[in-house]
Amino acid sequence: MNLINTFFNVKVLLDSLPQLLWGLAVTLQIGITSILCGLAGGLFLAVARLYSPPFCQFLIRTYVDVFRSIPLLVLLIVVYYALPFVGIRLSPFLSAVTSLSLVSAAYTAEIFRAGIEAIPHGQFEASAALGLSNRHTMVDVILPQAVRIVIPPLTNNCINVLKDTALASVVAMPDLLKQATQAQALAANPTPLIGAAIIYVMLLWPMVIVVGRLETIFSRGRR
Amino acid sequence: MAALISIRGLKKAFGRFMVLHGIDLDIAEGEVVCVIGPSGSGKSTLIRCINHLEGFEKESSVTVDGVRVEQGAALAKVRAEVGMVFQSFNLFPHMTVLRNVMLAPMRVRGTPPAEAKRKALDLLARVGISEQADKFPSQLSGGQQQRVAIARALAMEPKVLLFDEPTSALDPEMVGEVLDAMRKLAGTGVTMIVVTHEMGFARQVADRVIFMDGGRIVEAGTPSDIFDSPREERTRGFLRAVLNH
Ligand SMILES: Nc1ncnc2c1ncn2[C@@H]1O[C@H](COP(=O)(O)OP(=O)(O)O)[C@@H](O)[C@H]1O
Ligand SMILES: [Mg+2]
Repeated sequence: MNLINTFFNVKVLLDSLPQLLWGLAVTLQIGITSILCGLAGGLFLAVARLYSPPFCQFLIRTYVDVFRSIPLLVLLIVVYYALPFVGIRLSPFLSAVTSLSLVSAAYTAEIFRAGIEAIPHGQFEASAALGLSNRHTMVDVILPQAVRIVIPPLTNNCINVLKDTALASVVAMPDLLKQATQAQALAANPTPLIGAAIIYVMLLWPMVIVVGRLETIFSRGRR
Repeated sequence: MAALISIRGLKKAFGRFMVLHGIDLDIAEGEVVCVIGPSGSGKSTLIRCINHLEGFEKESSVTVDGVRVEQGAALAKVRAEVGMVFQSFNLFPHMTVLRNVMLAPMRVRGTPPAEAKRKALDLLARVGISEQADKFPSQLSGGQQQRVAIARALAMEPKVLLFDEPTSALDPEMVGEVLDAMRKLAGTGVTMIVVTHEMGFARQVADRVIFMDGGRIVEAGTPSDIFDSPREERTRGFLRAVLNH
C-alpha cells in the first residue's frame, strides 16, 4: 500500500530509530533539567512572595506575570539570538533550559501560591502562637498540606514543559523533533516524524492519565 | 508583685475602625481571668494582641514577663511563653495527635524526640486522650480535638494560656469535657485568660471577671462582684440577655 509506505515505512522507521532515541534522550535532558530548575525557582518565588517586603513582592508578581505572558518561542529566540548582542552567549542547550525554566518557575510559583493560600489561616495562626519560625511553619505545617493540592497542577506543568522542549529544535538543539526532521530529510520520507509523534505521545500519555487520577483522588477531599 | 502581663493604653484599629480604645490591664502570675462581653466587643482582639497575632498602635504597650510584645527577634520568645487555644482547634490535620503535641517543643525548644514524646503522652493522659495518640485529628470528636489543642499548647510549658471561646464550636454534649480539662488546669496554677460565654465556668473558676463592651473594659471584679452585683447598666443588660437564654 502506497500510503503505508509513505507514512509508516518500517524500514525507514527502523533506520531512523537510533537517531530518534538520541533525540529523545536530549529532550528528556532539557525537560527534566528545566522541570527541576522551575520547581526550585517557583517554590522559592512563592515563599519569598509571602514573607518578603512589599517591594520584593511587587517584583516577584511582575516576574510571574511577565513570564506567563511571553510566548516561549519568542523568549527562546530572544535568549538565543538577541542576548549575544549584549555579550551573553548561551549554548542551544542552555538557551532552551533557561527559557523553559524561567517560564516554568513563573507557573510553578503561581501553583504553589495558590496551594499555600488554600491552607486555612488558622494553620498559620496556630503555628505562630506556638512560636514556630517562618521556616518551620512552612516546612512542617504548610507545605506538607499544600503538596496534596499542588501535585495535580504541578504534574500538568511538567507535561507542558516536556511538550515545549520541542521548541528547542528552532535553536538547532538535536532534540527528538530536530532529529526527526533531519531523518525525514535524509530518507526523503515523513515516517521519522510520525515516529517522533508516537514517542511524544507514549511519553506523555501516562502522565496525562496520572494527572487525571490524582485530580480525582485529591478532589475527593480526605479531610 | 509585678504583673506577669501588663497592658497599657492598648489601641487597635482595623482600617479606620477602632476596635480597642486604650485598654489597661494587669494580670498576675497564676491568675485565672475570664473575659466576657457581647460579640464584636473586642475580646478576641484583646487576647490576640498579647501574642501579637494582631499588631497594635505603636504608642500602646503590652509586656509579658517583662518582655515587650512587638515585631522582632523577641517575639518568638514571647510566643513560646504564651500558649493559645482557638475556637476552631486549628490542629495540624496531616499529623497524628502525638506529633501535633510534640512538634513545637522539638522545633522551638530543641527538645529531643524521645523526651518530647514522653512529655506529649503525659499531657495527653492529663487531658484524658492517651488512647487517641496515634490517630489523626479528623478521626476525633470536637471535644477530643480541643483537648489535644490544650495539650499542644501545654507542651511548650507556657507561662500563660490564652483561650478564645474554646467551647463555642463544640456540640453541647462535648462542652463539659473541655471545661473539665480547663478547670483542672486552673487548679495547677497556670495563668489563664479565657474568653468565654460559659458564665457557669467563669463564676466557678475565675479569680477575676472582665466585662468588655465596645472595645473598652466596662467593669472588672471577682465573679460575685460581676455576676451578683454588677455596677454598670451595660453589664446588667448583657448578663440579663445571656442568663435568660
Ligand atoms: N481582621 C479584621 N478586619 C476587620 N475587622 C475586624 C477584624 N477582626 C475583627 N474585626 C472587628 O473588630 C471588632 C472586634 O472583634 P473581636 O475582637 O473578634 O470581637 P469579639 O471577640 O468580642 O467577638 C468586631 O467589630 C469585628 O468585626
Ligand atoms: Mg471573638
